[in-house]
Amino acid sequence: MAKPDYLQFFIDPNRCIGCQACVQACSECDTHRGESMIHLEYIDRPESVQTVPVVCMHCEQPTCAEVCPADAIKRTGDGVVQSARKPRCIACGNCVVACPFGVPELYEDRKIMMKCDMCYDRTSVGKKPMCATVCPSQALFFGTREQIEQLRPLSTPVNTFRFGNQTITTQVHVMVPRSLVSRTPHIDVVAAMDERPLSRAVSLKVVSMSDAPEQRQAADGDPFAEVEV
Amino acid sequence: MAEIPVDPLGIIERFGPHLSSMTGVRLSTSVEPERLVKTHCCFCGQQCGIQLKVRDNQVIGFEPWEDFPFNRGMLCPKGVKRYLQGSHPDRLTTALQRDPSSPHGFSAMPYADAIGRVASEIARIQQAYGAGAVGVLGGASLTTEKTYLLGKFARVCLKTPFIDYNGRLCMVSAGAANKKAFGIDRTTNPWSDMVGTEVIWVAGSNVAECSPITTNYIWQAREQGAKIIVQDPRITPVARTCDLYLPVKPGRDAALFAGVLQIMIERDWLDHAFIAEHTVGFEQVAEYCREWTLPRTADVTGVPQRALLQAAEWWGTAKTSFLFHARGIEHHSNGVQNSLGTINLVLASGRIGKPKCGYGTIVGQANGQGGREHGQKCDQLPGWRDISNPEHRRYIAGVWGIDEQELPGPGVDAYELFRKIDRGEIKALLSICFNPKVSLPDNAFVTRCLEKLEFYTAIDFFLNDTAWHADVVLPGSLHEEDEGTVTQVEGRIIKINKAVACPGDAREDWRIIQDIASALGRPRGFTFEHPREIFDELRVASKGGVADYSGVTYEKVTQQLGVFWPCYSEDPRTGAPIDDHAGTPRLFEPGSYNPVAKGAGPFYFPDGRARFNVAEHRLPIDDANEEFPIYLTTGRVVSQFLSGTQTRRIGPLVRQYAEPRIEMHPRLAAKLGIADGEWATAETRRGSMTLRAQVVTTIRPDTIFIPYHWAGRKSANQLTVAAQDPISKIPQYKVCGCRVRRATAPPEYAAVLEPQQ
Repeated sequence: MAKPDYLQFFIDPNRCIGCQACVQACSECDTHRGESMIHLEYIDRPESVQTVPVVCMHCEQPTCAEVCPADAIKRTGDGVVQSARKPRCIACGNCVVACPFGVPELYEDRKIMMKCDMCYDRTSVGKKPMCATVCPSQALFFGTREQIEQLRPLSTPVNTFRFGNQTITTQVHVMVPRSLVSRTPHIDVVAAMDERPLSRAVSLKVVSMSDAPEQRQAADGDPFAEVEV
Repeated sequence: MAEIPVDPLGIIERFGPHLSSMTGVRLSTSVEPERLVKTHCCFCGQQCGIQLKVRDNQVIGFEPWEDFPFNRGMLCPKGVKRYLQGSHPDRLTTALQRDPSSPHGFSAMPYADAIGRVASEIARIQQAYGAGAVGVLGGASLTTEKTYLLGKFARVCLKTPFIDYNGRLCMVSAGAANKKAFGIDRTTNPWSDMVGTEVIWVAGSNVAECSPITTNYIWQAREQGAKIIVQDPRITPVARTCDLYLPVKPGRDAALFAGVLQIMIERDWLDHAFIAEHTVGFEQVAEYCREWTLPRTADVTGVPQRALLQAAEWWGTAKTSFLFHARGIEHHSNGVQNSLGTINLVLASGRIGKPKCGYGTIVGQANGQGGREHGQKCDQLPGWRDISNPEHRRYIAGVWGIDEQELPGPGVDAYELFRKIDRGEIKALLSICFNPKVSLPDNAFVTRCLEKLEFYTAIDFFLNDTAWHADVVLPGSLHEEDEGTVTQVEGRIIKINKAVACPGDAREDWRIIQDIASALGRPRGFTFEHPREIFDELRVASKGGVADYSGVTYEKVTQQLGVFWPCYSEDPRTGAPIDDHAGTPRLFEPGSYNPVAKGAGPFYFPDGRARFNVAEHRLPIDDANEEFPIYLTTGRVVSQFLSGTQTRRIGPLVRQYAEPRIEMHPRLAAKLGIADGEWATAETRRGSMTLRAQVVTTIRPDTIFIPYHWAGRKSANQLTVAAQDPISKIPQYKVCGCRVRRATAPPEYAAVLEPQQ
């Protein structure tokens, strides 16, 4: 069995609410033996509640596999980059350092790297991955391209990422607001690294109030700016 | 004798909370479940569908249930790990008696002896002090069958008026407001109506953490063009990317609604035809709003004028909308007024009773809806009937086979019940599904009351913090060990199915209640053999009431994947029997018929019209002042639930957020000299507590937030004020004056207790 081609994985970090249902559910996949193979990160908790689920992007040319000295990381015919194979993995951490997306984690106590395998035990028999099934905000979505296009008219899936001169193409797509995609068909990861997270990304957009022009103010980033301590 | 029998550490050592984990068959990849049981989550009011994997009378895992229409497989972390409450080392499998000679404070006793002891103590106390010397506390996580039986048990068997439930801390402000405005207390539209609306207003609801599945509905509405307005003192995950954030100062919600309605009136963003044809009372409301000028509203609420204008314009000019609120505006001594303020906005817009035009209150507990309809509230009889209404009393007395004169009158709210214990008027207490020592405000007072009881018995599956005071503890059933119905957030009645049998001497809660009735020598009316029989009596009892379940059957619920009440067994127009009424997903539709209005209009009043109510702003009791200058607000985190009796025992959930922290803004932290992660002491007029600080920019700088799921010295309700709304009697959990300082040393508990304890 293999994962059907028409079913794809989409991540929309804008939808993520940081609840960890994905991480908790990952440990419930039958073959994961109680371990979660994904993680969830706050971008900058002091400044924002923005979180992002870190599932494997399943690169077409996986850097983790390329740098593995023990050849422990395999890519299946249907494009799923598997977790390290136990007898081979020497827990050197090369993949952890090399992954451009920060996906693999080393389990020091067991001397092995484990990472998301797109719930291969589920996806290869036509089920959805556990994380994307339970995700209550559907920041993780598993389905067809047609479904995602119909459900998410404001954004578009992108699966090419530029790291300086290197371009990486992945099986997993990230949903990017359409307004941004028209400018860049790929995500410039190096440039994004310098960006601060939108600290308090709530907007106090001002509409033109013709009869109250004195109340027009530039939208500020801090809704609490006027609160006295 | 209701003092704690031994040192708390002795009780904790034996009874926990200890942590469960995935071990044994729950980890094995080779063990296949014998069957999958379709049921629902045991926690919040969303009631997500889930399939439990069962093998050898043990729940060994779960599988998403993608066919259930509300959540389609989605779950929050609590739902994912809910199965780990079963087969737990802390599970009570025998009855317990208070035993100061045991190092752990309690010793096991035979179940029959325990029932005998409970009955003889109740009989003794009632003989000595009267029937009303016994109080009963129920809960809204029980199935509707159990809540119905408990209400009947208190009134018919114990003959006491003093029963109330923990929904008093949850849904009563919304319920009272709905009753005043609509004559019926239920969310008006199914959640699916949210998608496709132009505006969604979220008033005081941390949706992402307290009702996570609702997030997907909101996000999906946004994808299709809805603007999202969020009103909250904290930038919660749904506020983060909303279109308009209203950073309201705690306790000023009614002022905000009045100010926004005033703008709508000034700009004539009103549905005059709807107001004229379908409502009464608009003039008085408009008169009240006149004083809420834009500058004054901004000054009182702390919300900038431009944001108020924007909210009024979006709300006032939309064609479709959904507004919902939760405890953020309801947990106030002004909670009913706050809720009425939102309803006034809805009625002024005319956007109700139609597709894509909805209003709803987000239910907190599993059966927050059904649990408030069938008679465990102090003033209520089944079918949402009124215990003071002679006609309602006669009908229910008839169903129960008693004389109307025998039926007690209204009792008192749960907090007042404790005041009665304090005054020595109530001497004995029976509680189930309620942990007031953690969940009621100013809980040092609650503890003193528990110590005054002559006799206290608790029914529970774990030894909750309040049950430490019990003379006898009866081992009840977990959610997956019984069957019945609950009514979820949309008003959809759903079926809870039994997955495993109770372990040891534990048994279904309804059996325990009936066993007590039998031991008291009053078994009549308490001889049900199955939850279905209780439900069938409830159907009759609810018939003709506003919450009419008479046409609901277990089969219909299973077949339709839920039935929205009212669901009739007789056509309310003609009285002709019908057996195929599918229920009422959307209330107040044009031309709809209800038994109160009898065709006069869609709302549940004799004239068929909805009521505008003047929704007055009143300052919080114990508001911030010079001495206590900071607002304290409390709430939930996503990985814990209520008083933590279940979730503080589930390892993976505890590890997600182990202990409460004091959330504060960096500007406040800088002023107080507190750094992120340092110990800080928060103090109110009731007491003080020391927790680690979490310094974040996502909260108003004049406000701190503490989650309330922990017990003892980690309980936020050591600080909260026992002020209550005059109508709903809901406590004012969401605001009181407080002061904070850097702690000189870690709290004593830090060295001896595990995080969840």
